[in-house]
Amino acid sequence: MTEKTTNLLAPPPRPERPRGDPASRRDGRAPAAGALAVDLRGLRKTYRSPAGPVEALRGVDLAVERGETVALLGPNGAGKSTTIDLLLGLQPADAGTISVLGRPPEAAISGGRIGVMLQTGGLLRDLTVRELARMMAALYPKPLPVDEVLARAGVAELADRRTERLSGGETQRVRFALALLGDPELLVLDEPTVGMDVDSRRRFWTSVRALAGQGRTTLFATHYLDEADSYADRVVLIARGAVVADGPPTEIKAMVGTRTIRATLPDVPVEELERLPGVLRAERHGDSVVLSCSDSDAAVRALLAAQPDARDLEIRGAGLEEAFLELTADEGSDDR
Amino acid sequence: MNLVTYARYELTRTFRNRRFVAFSFGFPLVLYLAIAGPNRHENDLGGTGISAPVYFMTSLAAFGAMNAVLGVGGRIATERSSGWNRLLRLTPLPVRSYFRVKLLTAYATAICTIAVLYVAGAALGVRLGAGNWTQMTVLLLVGLVPFGALGILLGLLLAADTIGPAMGGTTALLALLGGVWFPITGGAMHAVAQALPSYWLVQAARVGLGGHGWGGLGWSVVAIWTVAAALLAARAYRRDVERPTA
Repeated sequence: MTEKTTNLLAPPPRPERPRGDPASRRDGRAPAAGALAVDLRGLRKTYRSPAGPVEALRGVDLAVERGETVALLGPNGAGKSTTIDLLLGLQPADAGTISVLGRPPEAAISGGRIGVMLQTGGLLRDLTVRELARMMAALYPKPLPVDEVLARAGVAELADRRTERLSGGETQRVRFALALLGDPELLVLDEPTVGMDVDSRRRFWTSVRALAGQGRTTLFATHYLDEADSYADRVVLIARGAVVADGPPTEIKAMVGTRTIRATLPDVPVEELERLPGVLRAERHGDSVVLSCSDSDAAVRALLAAQPDARDLEIRGAGLEEAFLELTADEGSDDR
Repeated sequence: MNLVTYARYELTRTFRNRRFVAFSFGFPLVLYLAIAGPNRHENDLGGTGISAPVYFMTSLAAFGAMNAVLGVGGRIATERSSGWNRLLRLTPLPVRSYFRVKLLTAYATAICTIAVLYVAGAALGVRLGAGNWTQMTVLLLVGLVPFGALGILLGLLLAADTIGPAMGGTTALLALLGGVWFPITGGAMHAVAQALPSYWLVQAARVGLGGHGWGGLGWSVVAIWTVAAALLAARAYRRDVERPTA
């Protein structure tokens, strides 16, 4: 396959954001208090598999300021979980440097400064939610009051329930409460809402918002664009083991979240349609027009107001998966 | 960090699991009553000079305690399979403390099993001096050490769905060759048995009854099994930790 270059998705140069004093970041003697919450540089990781080596990460750079809420967004197999595993020291990196709260991950963990909710995992059985929370709180140097955490994580009504009698969504919210018990400076959530229904997801994020704010740094992985859009200050787009974009949610959303409106609408110049709010581009195919939108809701309203004759309206959203496939199609075909 | 609180809840959940309690304490007890009950007046079992109620009390105390301590493996395997261990690795809990608390619970169940068997033995007419009870118990607890290491090793090597049968086979073999079910006194079987920690565990239970002490061989076998299993467990732990997730 010939290598084409897409400017849109060409890995951007390492973002030289004015975060703190760059000199002090490179200086090992810099005080930990001023350090970034997360500082990953040039992370590489290759797994052996029966089909040959699989490059899970090919040079990931990620810097998270203290207090930021950052979403790691990407389709399944993009390298989100591997990035998080390496960041937490669960697996060794093949190359690159990892600094969490200004120290190696192991030191940050043994100091009880990181709260983690992994993608999968059950709870210990034969204990009530409150007992399990007390058991886990006992491991931290400065735990938060258990009942307060349960209440604010929205699981107070489950406190006396045995852990083995919780539904999937309830289990996730309890696991989130457990991640907060140690009053962590950095909260890491790896695809926390996988397998939840819409209502559970909403309730979950309400809990996260209520508890994760408060000056904590939050890094979460997700493959739902709307979650990244709604809950993050910044979105880091990751695909095929590399960071392909890094910016505010609106920017990322415009990049991968475009929806198209198709309508039968003869005799209207496309230039006119392109001036409608929320429309990025308009194309004509015979009697029908196709509008690529940054905000399809606004665009539909404007379209119907301006062109009452528009018929056969069809709105289609490109899923994140499809968007990525399209955007990275020319980068090789090692599917994972 | 408050390890006492952590250990307290670990004990709570262990003893709250009814099936676990039933099998740990109930199984050896039922076996004891079934085997020793009908033979309660047999005073010289197989030429050992020991009465049947005493022989099987010590045997089944050793067997039950061995199962209880090896059971630590099942709990570790389950927690590994459910991802709980990964989560614990992300807390300040030191790895050593995790295994120590697991061993503490294992010993707690073992002690309860031994106590249940002692009470049952007394009910069948076993009478021993305070010194005998104490000596027997202390040696049993020492003899359980290699099984703690072995349990941890199996728990780290096997997954939750395979550890059941593996553990069942292991304990059955160890019990048979260790002389739990009948005295092993001579021949090739005796030679094999002497290389097993279960043989010495059963012997330990009899030291207080005028049986032969461990001697150099017994202590060596127990020590070698403990060290070997602990080293292999440490290796298994490192491999388990480095294993990729997906």
